[in-house]
Amino acid sequence: MTATAPPRSAPEAGPSDGKSVGRGRLRPRVPDRLRRVGVPYLMLFPALILELLIHLVPMIVGIVISFKGLTQFFIRDWGSAPWTGLDNYRMAVKFNQPVGEALLHSFWVTVLFTLLSVGFSWLIGTAAAILMQDAFRGRAVLRAIFLVPYALPVYAAVITWAFMFQQDTGLVNHVLHDQLHVTSNKPFWLIGDNSFWALVIVSVWKSWPFAFLCLMAGLQNIPRELYEAAAMDGAGIWQQIRKITLPSLRPVNQVLVLVLFLWTFNDFNTPFVLFGNSAPHSADLISIHIYQSSFITWNFGSGSAMSVLLLLFLLVVTAFYLLFTRKRDVDA
Amino acid sequence: MRTSSTSSRLLAATALVAALGLTLSACGGGDDDNGSSGSKGKSSSGGTLTYWASNQGTSLDNDKQVLTPELAKFTQQTGIKVKLEVIPWSDLLNRILAAATSGQGPDVLNIGNTWSASLQATGALLPFDDATFAKIGGKDKFAPASIAAAGAAGKDPAAVPLYSMAYGLYYNKKMFADAGIANPPKTWDELVADGKKLTTGGHYGLAVEGGNGSENIHHAFVLAKQRGSDWFDASGKATFDTPNNVAAVKQYVDFIAKDKIAAKGNAEYAQNQTITDFATGKAAMMMWQSAATSIKSHGMNPDQYGVVPVPTQQAGATGDAGVTSMVAGINLAVFKNSKNIDGALKFVNFMTSDAEQKTLNSTYGSLPPVKAAQSDPAFQTPDLKTLASVLGSSAAPLPQVPNEAQFETLVGTAVKDLFADAAAGKDVTTDSVKAALSKAQQQMPAS
Repeated sequence: MTATAPPRSAPEAGPSDGKSVGRGRLRPRVPDRLRRVGVPYLMLFPALILELLIHLVPMIVGIVISFKGLTQFFIRDWGSAPWTGLDNYRMAVKFNQPVGEALLHSFWVTVLFTLLSVGFSWLIGTAAAILMQDAFRGRAVLRAIFLVPYALPVYAAVITWAFMFQQDTGLVNHVLHDQLHVTSNKPFWLIGDNSFWALVIVSVWKSWPFAFLCLMAGLQNIPRELYEAAAMDGAGIWQQIRKITLPSLRPVNQVLVLVLFLWTFNDFNTPFVLFGNSAPHSADLISIHIYQSSFITWNFGSGSAMSVLLLLFLLVVTAFYLLFTRKRDVDA
Repeated sequence: MRTSSTSSRLLAATALVAALGLTLSACGGGDDDNGSSGSKGKSSSGGTLTYWASNQGTSLDNDKQVLTPELAKFTQQTGIKVKLEVIPWSDLLNRILAAATSGQGPDVLNIGNTWSASLQATGALLPFDDATFAKIGGKDKFAPASIAAAGAAGKDPAAVPLYSMAYGLYYNKKMFADAGIANPPKTWDELVADGKKLTTGGHYGLAVEGGNGSENIHHAFVLAKQRGSDWFDASGKATFDTPNNVAAVKQYVDFIAKDKIAAKGNAEYAQNQTITDFATGKAAMMMWQSAATSIKSHGMNPDQYGVVPVPTQQAGATGDAGVTSMVAGINLAVFKNSKNIDGALKFVNFMTSDAEQKTLNSTYGSLPPVKAAQSDPAFQTPDLKTLASVLGSSAAPLPQVPNEAQFETLVGTAVKDLFADAAAGKDVTTDSVKAALSKAQQQMPAS
């Protein structure tokens, strides 16, 4: 986009250029033109430098590391770490070997976790937003309460959940087992297979207010008249939601679901605070897995390779998602 | 037109200057860091040292209160100021790694002694050769067992011992008397038998910290050692799934799985709930290192419990079979990139002096690794005497290999998962233990 700009603007600038040259005779012609064309780029230059420094350079360093055998023996002098070519990648995708197998397992756990978390967050967020659309007493208070999980610092909130999920003294088991007698003995939530569900519950609790907030804003833009007209035509509440609310919210949903997906897929804080630096097998999310591969086992090359693979996967999913949703928009 | 072209020129010039300034400041950033990053610039003039202390007291603030007056003494003696930072255990290793990577770090720092060989391999720590030792009073002032846990065998130690600890079996005297048990157990069979007698009505014979990978490693190491088995062979290659190591891990997990002398909930203990359970009488025994201060903070008095060495397979075993503890402790290291190595060594000398060793170790409830300080009355309480004799005669250092950190993570997590299986009522068999350890071993990097 930017590359095509200069040739197009240069001829346009031509005539006015001549005029100004006419007035300021002694001024050399070329620098003047160059200045007119160059100023916007000069203005962009600081931003470009910052962008390079803050985003691109670390990313490129990460990609370079993924081709190196950067272990604890070399962290003092990265340059001396041996080049290993594609070895780190090969090790990560050999799914019949322990490292690859663990990565693949972690990947599927993350996919399932993301689908469930985003799905429930969206569903609860939408339902709440629609219920809160009409004015009633106490609406403002409820809206504020709904946003609390989103406003709380992640660590404080998740640590509270970690206490609540404790097997012996936690609130969850106290309610389920001691009060309601749903379970015959106290289940474990933070170790073993249930830890996956504990993770999903905390994640949904943490992200649905964001969906609620976005959709609530989206709902404000739907004209009242549409509902009134639909009501006159005899449409019930479900039909109104299906035929008016959801289609009108499509642009909001398109972005919302994508953002939720990326956040959830990459979520590190929730599992880290719940389980510490080694998550149970059934809740071994990919972000924690990569953290373990690089920081706990001090194999930064292998961790970087996994990160690059994760980045590629997310890029592909995002591209397909945008293509698919945009195509649907055009079709519609 | 004229004004607009002037102003656009002005704008262009401003932008250019801004851009240049930005580039300069970006370049300058590095220089700045090098020049002024705390200790380095100043310390070259002999003025200030930066010291990273680990969390030994009941809180970070408590550590600051304990250390600040001692550091003031050092400043008084040498004129060197010390900038103290107490770093929680959860951050310490990452901070050290970051410091090693960037070359920007403290001058002196505490490390967990099991990290010694791993950090030694990074080359970030100053090796203590004979000449260096001479500056801090010689290698011989330290207990040999503690020096053995300060780096790989055959290499100059990467650190010197600062606080020493050892595991002991803590038992509740009243609960033992109530159950009619006259003496604390000397063998594992006795421990299980006693544990079964003590496990009644919501009380348990033993508490274990099953969700804490490092604790799991420490016990698995001792139980394997008693079978004459190690976790790495002579070439540093992992040997996790040998029959003896499998048996060792199974014996430990069986306290919950088969013997049922520890509560299932122990499987998720990772915040020292074991001490709470012991001090509140919920469990009659625990195996812990230097727990006196913590037990007291939970309201249990020293006369209510006893400390004996951890059991062995046969009573009175010696050699490897008689090992009852790892050599636990904290080491003090000098960052090789320090611009003030001489000042740093003076500080190491100060911290390992007899007087400081007495003060600090007695405050923290640990044992002094400096021999001359050990005879101080502060360390003659019955429990510390037991632990000191364990450290002196039946403690062995964890494997001092570069991949020790990976061993702790992989095997520690494997044992934690086995505990989770046991707690969920799944069978823990020799096969399932072997499978878990084999998997951990395959994930070890080749080295």
